[in-house]
Amino acid sequence: MLSHLKLSIHTRNNMTDFTKETYALNTSSSLKARHAKEARFKWYGRIAILIALSFLVFMFSAILLRGLGAFQQTKISLEVSFSEQVIDPSGERNPEVLTRVNYKPVLTQALAKTFPNISERRDKRNLYKLLSSGAIYEIGELVSGNHDIIGTTQTIWLSASSEVDLFMKGKIDAGLPEDLRRLKDKDINYIETLIQNGQIKKKFNTAFFMNGDSREPEMAGILGAALGSFFSLLVCFIIAFPLGILTAVYLEEYARKSIITDLIEININNLAAVPSIVFGLLGLSIFLGVFHIPRSTPLVGGMVLALMTLPTIIIAARASLRSVPQSVRDAAFGLGASKTQATFHHVVPLAMPGMLTGTILGMAQALGETAPLLMIGMVAFIVDIPHGVTDVATSLPVQIFLWADSPEKGFVERTSAAIIVLLAFLILMNLLAVFLRKKLERRW
Amino acid sequence: MEISRGPLVDLELRRARRSTQIKDLVIQSVLIASSLVAILTTIGIVASLAFEAFRFFEKIPLTDFLFGLEWSPQTAIREDQVGSSGAFGVIPLLTGTLLISFIAMLVATPLGLLSAIYLAEYAKPKTRGIVKPLLELLAGIPTVVYGFFAALVIAPIVRNTGSGMGFEISSESALAAGLVMGIMLVPFISSLSDDVINAVPQALRDASLGMGATSSETITKVVLPAATPGIMGSLLLAISRAIGETMIVVMAAGLAAKLSLNPLEAVTTMTVQIVTLLTGDQEFDSAKTLAAFAIALFLFILTLGLNVIALKIVDTYKKQYD
Repeated sequence: MLSHLKLSIHTRNNMTDFTKETYALNTSSSLKARHAKEARFKWYGRIAILIALSFLVFMFSAILLRGLGAFQQTKISLEVSFSEQVIDPSGERNPEVLTRVNYKPVLTQALAKTFPNISERRDKRNLYKLLSSGAIYEIGELVSGNHDIIGTTQTIWLSASSEVDLFMKGKIDAGLPEDLRRLKDKDINYIETLIQNGQIKKKFNTAFFMNGDSREPEMAGILGAALGSFFSLLVCFIIAFPLGILTAVYLEEYARKSIITDLIEININNLAAVPSIVFGLLGLSIFLGVFHIPRSTPLVGGMVLALMTLPTIIIAARASLRSVPQSVRDAAFGLGASKTQATFHHVVPLAMPGMLTGTILGMAQALGETAPLLMIGMVAFIVDIPHGVTDVATSLPVQIFLWADSPEKGFVERTSAAIIVLLAFLILMNLLAVFLRKKLERRW
Repeated sequence: MEISRGPLVDLELRRARRSTQIKDLVIQSVLIASSLVAILTTIGIVASLAFEAFRFFEKIPLTDFLFGLEWSPQTAIREDQVGSSGAFGVIPLLTGTLLISFIAMLVATPLGLLSAIYLAEYAKPKTRGIVKPLLELLAGIPTVVYGFFAALVIAPIVRNTGSGMGFEISSESALAAGLVMGIMLVPFISSLSDDVINAVPQALRDASLGMGATSSETITKVVLPAATPGIMGSLLLAISRAIGETMIVVMAAGLAAKLSLNPLEAVTTMTVQIVTLLTGDQEFDSAKTLAAFAIALFLFILTLGLNVIALKIVDTYKKQYD
């Protein structure tokens, strides 16, 4: 070993003994050990990388495994007769009224038709629980969208309850004692009858992509949260992109090194490392407390996210500006361009691909951010789908957090599915950034 | 342009030049104004935190906050009890935060450093080109995903292994949160350390290799000692990340503020308490709400201090070899 060697060289008593022979002896005996150590050391590195990457694979596969089921939803087909007396006795066909009619009798009647042998009231009530409590809204929407249906009998597919859905996906252990299950033996018998009749099927879960949040897992969707994220990112982009680029241009092209530019630089570096939750508190006390921007809206969320992504954009934009060669500026000046003309007509356009790449990466980071949004009230239970930046909303990661907190078993699947959607968006944005860098960025 | 036209052109030129000058001036002030946003943000953070924290310290003495060994803000129920109700000692939160950060660093430091060494010194460019982005993918995953994974998958595994070995592990343990956070921190350490190791001049390596040292001997005895300050900087940045991390601990670490260093128990952190104090029903101005700002100020100062030191170390280190 090297240290061993050094020791023997430096020990004075050994100096006289230090002949060619002992030296050769020393190395040959330790060389093998040294090479073994070299190989071991190399493997430490490989193993470290392997552990980190296998964790990544483990996490992705665990989430995919849990989440993919949510893209399908169990539906039950029923023969529903839309009798006019029950649905619209007045005959007005007012769509507002039609969505709010109590469709429960219509459904119980349809269920009774499917299971003619069941007569006891309690069993009938249990039968109704096979259906999602959102099924009446599904019918309501169907009827108000298509008036001709009234007075006819139609076979329609309605969402099953979360318990039935879990059972159909094999996530409820029927071997458990009955009192430990929410789905009783009788219910399972009903489901089996439905399976035999071909009246129950897993279909693509449109509700998951078209609905807002809901207390019922089978009715809960991510559209509201996704739009909330979209509007927040829109606000974030509108604020952070110009500000970031102008700051970068000032620092790289205009400012002479001074105390102020030093201060700005230190600020940017430190802001990049401030815990994200602190930005949330800033939003809470300044944007909500002082400026009275409406709480829980994408507007205030986007503003907070903009402040967070600003350092990322500035740093990327500066690097991009720095890579534009001086000759471009000199050529512009040589042709009589002013500083502004040289900068904005020549340097900035050339640096734009790099700036856009940095901005997209910053936006991706903002899309995944959760903690600051919790602080400004974007964490409420919101069923309505937002239509603008001033509507109350949540965001995708906050929705994931909310669902992860839900006790209902059905939400585990939805949460994982929402994560898959979020990761898909993030991967898309990153791919876009890579594409931009590869296609548009010039190398000098 | 014909020069013979003389004064007229001259006037026009001058006017044009003046208008460009004015334009330049306007643009320059817009540029300065936008650069000031970064400074304003910092001022905004410090001012808002300090202002609310100051109001908190009017109700609860600073010393009670900094040195108090008990944290139980939930007892402040009656409004007329302000000042005497609840316990607002930050020490249990600090120990919880440090415990989880310590576990995380225990995972992240060897993984991150060894990966960085391998990538910088051994890996072929092709391997490096594949592995590095994959590792950085870990940094791009939203922390809410890590939190969900920690609570749903890792915590039960930790609990089951623990009970298999005869340990009683609570379902929300510091261990589960720390382990997952450690993985999250790997790319922060590996990519910065990678840069730092690459910045060590090749001449040092060549000298060592020329003396007959093996690559691993060169790395451990020459490259790493030379890169130590930079690596320290990257570790400090990672610690600061760990302290400020919110979602993983909110979802996996628990709420009980116990003064405990047992990684098998549920502990709480500063960020978790900020979230619990400020979400849900809240009355403004109560000591409970204001306490969140006091914790945040403490957190901000702590992470800022770590960052400043870390950046300074990395900076001086980089200059050393420039």
